[in-house]
Amino acid sequence: MVLALAPALAGAHEEAGQAAGFLAGLVHPVSGLDHVLAMIAVGLWGAVLGVPAIWVLPVAFPLVMALGGLLGLLGVQVPAVEIGIAVSAIVLGSMVLGAVRPPLWVAALIVAFFAIFHGHAHGRELPEGTSALLYSLGFVIATGLLHAVGILLGVMHRWDLGRRIVRAAGAGVALAGLFFLWRAVS
Amino acid sequence: MTATSVKRRQTFAVLLAAVAGPAEAHLVETGFGAFYDGLAHVALTPSDVLVVVALALLAGQGGARTARWTLLALPMAWLAGGALGALQPLEASLPVLTTLTFCTAGALVAFNSKLSAGAVVMLSAIAGLLHGYVTGATLTPGGAGALGVAGSVTAVFCLFAILAAQVTTIGAPWGRIALRVAGSWLSAAGLLMLGWLARGSA
Repeated sequence: MVLALAPALAGAHEEAGQAAGFLAGLVHPVSGLDHVLAMIAVGLWGAVLGVPAIWVLPVAFPLVMALGGLLGLLGVQVPAVEIGIAVSAIVLGSMVLGAVRPPLWVAALIVAFFAIFHGHAHGRELPEGTSALLYSLGFVIATGLLHAVGILLGVMHRWDLGRRIVRAAGAGVALAGLFFLWRAVS
Repeated sequence: MTATSVKRRQTFAVLLAAVAGPAEAHLVETGFGAFYDGLAHVALTPSDVLVVVALALLAGQGGARTARWTLLALPMAWLAGGALGALQPLEASLPVLTTLTFCTAGALVAFNSKLSAGAVVMLSAIAGLLHGYVTGATLTPGGAGALGVAGSVTAVFCLFAILAAQVTTIGAPWGRIALRVAGSWLSAAGLLMLGWLARGSA
């Protein structure tokens, strides 16, 4: 009984930071408006382009974004990352605004190019003491869900009024991109 | 034991040690015994869960025949790896290799690779051996031993069977697309994890 009142702490068998890492990863993409708008624009553009771009772009983006993050973690420098992120919002927003329909490979290339900047800037900010794997998973899932938001909004593109709303959203993203660009160069 | 056999074993150990990270024991004691500790170990080891999910998506994507063969191969390989890990534990958790497994499987799902059943089974067997080995090497020093490995194999079998069965029934085009998106997420998370490992932050 006396021994039971003075148990030793078993500290060797705990895995800390799992849930915190996942939540931090989920929250991180939403914490920067530049990332949020560009991700939504990817989904919007995919919806405007229709099948198969509607799913090719959201499949390609996380992979290339992770590649950008990997480059950052390996210490490979990507020039003008903040400018690249701002330009991504301008370009993607403009594509949605103008309902531009390039060949699929061109659209995928544009999205993949900008994904490198987003991954490089955001994919390597691991909070202290959290699980790197679950942080990465949360980060990728949140980014994918932002694409899904864009796709769902983009579905409105089927109707006349919806088309105007989607184009207005594209204009908003492009304008915000201009602001981010001004902030990045000043 | 012949000299060649000893040399082979030494080479294998050196190869494993070359990609090894420090062992981090994280055996969770459920209070229900070693078998359930093994079950819980899989559930609480993200790389184990992710590799089973990725392989279930890949096998399910390949159809019922591929899924059935993989359902046999993965737990068997996990058991063999677990036994090896329990008998000859290496003080390592092989994080690069266990990340590469689900990263590769996720990428194959994302690209809708249409691998043959044999190739999927082979990939699953390699993944099962690796993850099983790490599981056995982790559970045994923690006292869970053979029962723990059996518990982990049971968890892998159940999780894989449920997921792969669901995936094989997906017929709607949007469902197949959702699969590929999930594969890309798994692979992307793996790529980032490889970066963390290279930087030494994981």
